[in-house]
Amino acid sequence: MKNNVLIKTENLVKNYPMGGRKFTALNDINLSFNSGEFTGLVGPSGSGKTTLLNIVGALDNPSEGHAVVIGKDTSQLNHRESAQLRNEHLGFIFQTFNLLSVYNVFENVEFPLLLLGMSAEDRKKDVLQALEWVGLSDKVKSRPAQLSGGECQRVAVARAMVKKPKIVLADEPTANLDAANSYNILDMMVSLNKELNSTFLFATHDEKVIKYLRRVITLTDGKVVQDIEKTPEPNNA
Amino acid sequence: MLTIKLAFRNIVGAGLRTWLNVFVLSFAFVAILWIQGLINGQAKQIMNLMIDTELGGGQFWHKDYEPFDPLTLEESHGPVPAALEDLISSKRATPILITSGAIYPDGRVQSALLKGIDPDQVILDIPADILKKDSPVTIPALIGTRMAKQTKLMLGDYVTIRWRDIHGTFDAADIQIARVMNTNSPAIDMGQIWLPLDRMREMMQAPDEATLIVLEKDIQSVPGGSEEWIYRGLDFLLKDVVEIMKTKTASSSILYALLMAMALLAIFDTQVLSIFRRRKEMGTLMALGMTRGGVIKLFTLEGALHGILALIMGAVYGIPLLYLTAVKGLPLPTDAIDQMGIAMPSVLYPSYSLWLIGGTTFLVFITVTVVSFLPTRKIAKLKPTDALRGKLS
Repeated sequence: MKNNVLIKTENLVKNYPMGGRKFTALNDINLSFNSGEFTGLVGPSGSGKTTLLNIVGALDNPSEGHAVVIGKDTSQLNHRESAQLRNEHLGFIFQTFNLLSVYNVFENVEFPLLLLGMSAEDRKKDVLQALEWVGLSDKVKSRPAQLSGGECQRVAVARAMVKKPKIVLADEPTANLDAANSYNILDMMVSLNKELNSTFLFATHDEKVIKYLRRVITLTDGKVVQDIEKTPEPNNA
Repeated sequence: MLTIKLAFRNIVGAGLRTWLNVFVLSFAFVAILWIQGLINGQAKQIMNLMIDTELGGGQFWHKDYEPFDPLTLEESHGPVPAALEDLISSKRATPILITSGAIYPDGRVQSALLKGIDPDQVILDIPADILKKDSPVTIPALIGTRMAKQTKLMLGDYVTIRWRDIHGTFDAADIQIARVMNTNSPAIDMGQIWLPLDRMREMMQAPDEATLIVLEKDIQSVPGGSEEWIYRGLDFLLKDVVEIMKTKTASSSILYALLMAMALLAIFDTQVLSIFRRRKEMGTLMALGMTRGGVIKLFTLEGALHGILALIMGAVYGIPLLYLTAVKGLPLPTDAIDQMGIAMPSVLYPSYSLWLIGGTTFLVFITVTVVSFLPTRKIAKLKPTDALRGKLS
């Protein structure tokens, strides 16, 4: 499969007002990510990982510079265009799962497809397939409150993957999971990455995640201090 | 359609809170309809009763007649105008002659209005035919239950009345109570004695004269008035009742406002709480690709759906309830009827017009939608990243 650049950041800066001064969360970030990557932004808390993920996800705008995602400069997009970009091409996985509590598993996974305006028949087919990927075909009618943490995160993965997005952004996806569930989720993501050629971009400081990454970008105080390609060491335990 | 589906899922998923709000709102909706239906029904019945017993389809008044000033009665009579003679002879109009006099029950003196009415009239719902049993010596009289109670007169009693004829001469005669009528219209009862028109004209020395002429209901063409006889249509004659009903509607509006405020406050509170408690959900919706406008629409619609569910719930228990009261009516205590001072039906039948139901439904839906929308304006300022962190920007 041909690898092309999906995300490119140029001189990216993000400042936040802090009292009378400004806090620089990202400073001169120049990165590019190809399709099919399995990459992590690592670093301590406050290093700018989530901020970079939010800008790439068109949830936030840079103070300076550009982030071009699938050919679109996110700083030039209005609210509607940003929403459309997220809807069509991006999948999000959150640390706290962020499932919609009043919906059951099927409805949660179905939600992005509803926004895409897909027919009920197509939605049902895709949702059931996504739930099969994450091994939750038997929990279709369950509500999030009836699931374990690991199961919730698998639902979140299914929700992110159901529309087969070009980019999946995962913010600390294993932070609320035990080791077994973390490896389970990561194995699943690796297999989906291979199967769908989606680009996975993680923000994490979890060693378990880092072991799986093929590229590790280390951020410190908003700057890229290291960007290395590596051979993943999947869990053999 | 998607937003409606999502909003519906959300509010049904919210469980008890939703159903409590919906019940309170539906109660306000049904109560407003019921109270307004009672007022409308009451107004309609009072007007019909007044038309049937007192006003007919309009009246011609002698130019000096002023019903609220008894002193005008001495002068307020005149020959029946030629233009109305045809109507009177064909029983489509009936003349009434009125004067003030005195009655002496048990040796006491009491003032009374003496009213002469044609015993053959068919326009007013007054049992005047009882006055037909006229004899040269006894004058039959018809009084109402209120007058009977006031004077302690009973059926068959004789009593002396005194009056002044049109020349100013006092005269007196005995009358016999031919019937005590039970009527819901105090205007034809309190302080009044009905006598046969011919005898009344003789007593007053006023042949062919009248104080007012009552026209039949639904009269098609009203003859023109004259300087001596002035036409008073139902708009004029019912003006006071309309004003009373307006005042009643205004005072009941306060109750509506309270009921609605109670229901709307619950919905507003739910909406405000939703905006604060569900920030993370809003952030998630935005991350999944919903626009800010879409989120506002969703939350507003959730609130507005309370209105729709309330209308449905209101219909479920309201329709049988309102139908039952409309068919069976609500009996009014006699004292309450007398205290009103105007014609009042003994059983009140609420009246629910399409306009009332449609208007109230529209009012409930619009106010619920506005109240639901107001708190959601905060979402317009919400940054997705803040929302995902549970912050409200």
